[in-house]
Parts: sequence; structure tokens; C-alpha cells
Amino acid sequence: MKKYILKRVLISLATLFVILLVLFILMDLMPGTPFNDEKLTEAQKALLYAKYGLDKPLITRFFLYAKNMLKGDLGVSYAINKNFAVSEMVKDRLGISLAVGGMAMLIGTILGLILGILAALNHNSWIDNLCSAISVIGVSIPSYVCALLLCYFIAYKLGWLPILYNVEQPFVSLILPAIALSVSPTANIARFTRSEMIDVLNSDYILLVQSKGVKNWKMIFSHVLRNTLIPVITVMGPILVNLLTGSSVIEKIFGIPGIGRLMITAIQENDYNVTIACAFVYSVMYIVVMLFVDILYGVIDPRIRIAKEDK
Amino acid sequence: MTNIDHEFHNDDFQFAHSAGEKLVDKNYSATSYFKDVWTNFKKNRGALVGAIIIIFLIFMAIVGPNMNSYTYKQIHGGQECLVPRIPGIEKIGIFDGYHNGVNQYAEKDAADVYYWFGSDTQGRDIWTRVWSGTRVSLIIALAAVVIDIVIGMVYGLISGFFGGMVDSIMQRFAEILNGIPTLVIVTLLGMVLPAGITSIIFALMLTGWIGMERIARAQVLKVKEQEFVLASRTLGASKFRIIFSEILPNILGQVIVTSMFSIPNAIFLEAYLSFLGLGVPAPMASLGSLVSDGYKSMTTFPHILIIPVIVMAVLMLCFNLFADGLRDAFDPKMINK
Repeated sequence: MKKYILKRVLISLATLFVILLVLFILMDLMPGTPFNDEKLTEAQKALLYAKYGLDKPLITRFFLYAKNMLKGDLGVSYAINKNFAVSEMVKDRLGISLAVGGMAMLIGTILGLILGILAALNHNSWIDNLCSAISVIGVSIPSYVCALLLCYFIAYKLGWLPILYNVEQPFVSLILPAIALSVSPTANIARFTRSEMIDVLNSDYILLVQSKGVKNWKMIFSHVLRNTLIPVITVMGPILVNLLTGSSVIEKIFGIPGIGRLMITAIQENDYNVTIACAFVYSVMYIVVMLFVDILYGVIDPRIRIAKEDK
Repeated sequence: MTNIDHEFHNDDFQFAHSAGEKLVDKNYSATSYFKDVWTNFKKNRGALVGAIIIIFLIFMAIVGPNMNSYTYKQIHGGQECLVPRIPGIEKIGIFDGYHNGVNQYAEKDAADVYYWFGSDTQGRDIWTRVWSGTRVSLIIALAAVVIDIVIGMVYGLISGFFGGMVDSIMQRFAEILNGIPTLVIVTLLGMVLPAGITSIIFALMLTGWIGMERIARAQVLKVKEQEFVLASRTLGASKFRIIFSEILPNILGQVIVTSMFSIPNAIFLEAYLSFLGLGVPAPMASLGSLVSDGYKSMTTFPHILIIPVIVMAVLMLCFNLFADGLRDAFDPKMINK
């Protein structure tokens, strides 16, 4: 197991390194410069480039950046917030993005589990069909379409919740975005829970429990649910990751000052350091979650652990 | 005990084997694999409906833009933001061109003009734009998926078939690529490449093939140990022949199913790029760009947003239903799950 974890950590670090390099190369290829002011002469531009070290070759800049990054210094912003430390900008916005994502994940997990369990317990009845229909629709419809519809009907037509993010009521303003984001996790978890639970309910050990005369609710809570939830936990990682990266459009729609919106602004303004930092933060979240889930697989399910040790 | 106080009648008894209870051997004709799949698929009503709607939407994407005299980039000054008005149906009180109780068409001096789905903020016909947008979205999705299949399948076949060192290196490479969040890389590529359909397809295929590669590899590992492959090898078949004419046909089902699931995903990513302003260039329309255009005037003229949203949602829903049905049909063990 230790060997496996070590291998996974090494691969993750290598991946992060490659991502950083790719981001750097892509930034370099990008058309336009961060200093788009027409009043600037060529000489002034050259001076600006020299000031920020952009005149050095790509590889030098890359290693300098990587070295600084290890110290927690992500450079300064060129365009959005001149000479402001990027690490500060990212730090301010990360919290709110995580709050929306966390809320969405919480709603999605609870609702998804309820739907999935209800569907499995009433297998092949109208409840099952209804839950399945909800989850197919949820999987199919992109979160930002849900966000637009919620925004139009609940926020604009009914006026129950604010359309745009309001600094004075952060919690209330985050409800709609969280609901919009939670649609796809709900559907995915519901689907997965349902099929896992049907498998468990049809298994021999449940038949044994039933024949011993264990009460129905007790059987469900202490035998069925336990065995259902283990595989469900393992799919939550990828779902969480999708949710985090998908949140940038939601942040744009609701005007939430999160990291996704910062990235979009940075892209539009050619602010290299901010773009790289945001993309990299996303990548780090993604890789950490994936690593965590992979290790968790092994810890929870001995079958996987043994299979991986054999490899 | 001998004193039986009962009279027996003829109709108290029945022959043990009446004609209806005779055992008859049923013979089934052998069906081919794909015929079997089709039989299973037909039983799934949701998937069948999905397939029919997909065919309808594809038909509309081909024919729809030519059904009236407008083109997708024709701008009609003075006829902006008209709500839908359809001849015939307008008499029953829906799609009659009234917005907030005012007949917009009469007001804008266009009493005998019909925009079936209304017009957008620049006076372009939404009907034509929605269907040509559907066409663009479908082209992007299908092209990206076909490229995914080719790259992913070949990669997976090679990696799975040769195993050993080749497999290790190829898998590490795929693992690292897979570690890059799709949305981030697609966004950045969308910025670097010039705007256009080809760039979007390229951005989508860059990481899209990894899912396919995994499925293909897992299937190859399963199939390649089976007897018929051994038989083929014993008969002296070349590696090329074993891969392409023994293994490939046996993993094709899974590959098709996976590709069907990635179509809605590609449509979603395209829409996402358009929403960030990195989609198809201006006068051209895709479902994503229509949605992001409509979003700007959502509160005043919701029809500009709602119509493309409905088409996109229905398209993705149907592809999901269709793929679900296909998966069940290819793998009978999945039915009723």
C-alpha cells in the first residue's frame, strides 16, 4: 500500500509539473500582450517587458516562476489589478468558490442519496421511474442552463432570491448558484446509489439477513446502506472535480467574485500571471481530489487494495 | 377405513396431460450479435424515443435553416427582438407576436412578417439561427467524437495488446494528460487558437480520447486471452490481423456506447467555450453562442434565451437516453438495473 501511495504521489507531482509547463507554453503562444495601451511606444513596452522579466527566454521564466511558486509567490498582476500580488487575489476569491462548491456538493450528496435509495427500495415502481427520470434529466442538462433557468424564474420572475451576488447577504446570494451547481452531482449520485443498492439488495448475504428475520429498517441501515455507500464514496471525487471546474460559468452568471470569474477576466485581459495562477489552482484541486480518492479506494475496499499491490 | 361414503363421477377426474400442458420444445433461430442488440434496444421505450428525436433534430439541422427565406446572418433593421409568431397557430392565441399585451409586429410596421421563433437583438431570424446552430454544434460534437474514437481506440488497442513496457509508458502518459482538468485546457486552447470550428474540435479532442482509450484497453485485456485469439495466433495470423480483425470487432460495442456518451459531453464543452466568448466567430451561430447571446437579454426578451436552451437540453437528454439504451442493449446484464 505504501508503495502504491508513493507512486501515486509521484505521478501527481509529475502531472502538476507538466501542467505548469503546458500552461506556460500556452500563455507564451497567446496572441496579444497584457500591455494593450495604445499610448505606449515600443520603447516603453520593451521597458515594461524588462521590468516584469518578460524579455527573458521561456525556460528561464518558467524555472524562476516555479521557484517563486514554491515560496508562495505567484507574481504580480499586469492588467487587472496592477502590481498587486496574485497570491493575494487568488486567496481572497478561493474561499467563496469553495463555499459555493461545498454547498452544492452537500445538497447534491444528500438529495442524490435520498433519490437513489428511494428508487432502489421501490424498484420498478413509479417512484423508481420518477427518480430515474429526474436523474437522467439532471445528468443531461448542463449546470449553467439550470442556472439561467433558475435565475430567470426564481430570481427574476418570483423575486425570491437575489439575481446577482450581494456582498451584504453572502449566504442568501449563494443559495441559487449552489442549487444550480448541485443538479449534476445529485443526478450522478442518485444513479450510482440506485444501481449499487439494487445489486446489494439482490445479493446472497441480504437474503441471509432476511431469512434470519432481521427487521426491515435495521437490515437497510446496518447491512444494505453500509455496503452501498462504499462505492458511492469513490465516485464522489470525480463528481466534486467536475463541479469545481464547472463553477466558473456559474460564477459569471451570478456575478460571484470567485476564482472562476477571476480566470475569465484574466483571460480576457491577457493577464498572464493571474490566468496561470487560476488554472494552476484548479489543476491542484483536481489532482489533490483525484489522489485522495485513489488512495481512499484502497483504504475502504480491500479488494482494490490487494489488486493494486499485485500490480 | 374401508367405508368410503362417496360416489365418484366421471368429471371428478381429469387426464394428467391435457393438450395444453404438453411440453413443446421451442426452437429459436440463431440471431446475429447486432440483431440481438436491436431487439434489446427496441424494448427500451425511452431510448427509442430518444433515437427518434435525435433523428428529427438532425433532420431539422439539415433542412431547418432553409425552411424560410431568412439566412442566419441576415440583419433586419427595425425588426429587433420580435417574439415568436407562426402563421395559423397565431389564431389560437399562442405564438401570435404579442409581447406584454402589445402586438409587436403591428407596432414595428411588419404586420405580414412572420418570425417563427422570433428575432434576436440584431433582427436576425431565430428559427434559422437555432437550426444552423444545432448543425454547427452537432458537427463539432460528431467530429470531436469520431477523432476521439480513432485516437482512443488505436491507443487503447496498442497499449492493451502489447502490454509490458509499451503499456506502462503509454499509460503513464495518458495518466498525466488525464490529470489536466479538461475545462482548463480547453479554455486555454480556445484562447490560443484562432476562433473557429476546427480549433474547437482540436481543443475538445486533445483530452477527450482518454476515456475511450481506457475502455478500449480494458476490453482488449479481457478479449485477448480468449481462445479464439489463441486459435488465430496458432494459425499464424499477424499481430495486425489479430488486433484489427479478431479483437476490434469484439470491443466495438463498448466503444460505440462510450462514444455516444461523449457526444453530449462535447456539446456541453462547446457551449461552455461559447459562453466564455471563445466559441465560433461572430455571425456564425452554435447552440452555445445562441444561449450566451440570449442570456444578455434574458430579463426583457426571454424567448431569445429559452428556445436555444430547450433545443440544447432536449438534444443532450436524447443522446443520454439513447446511449443508456444502447449500453443496456449491448450488455444484457445491465437491463433492469
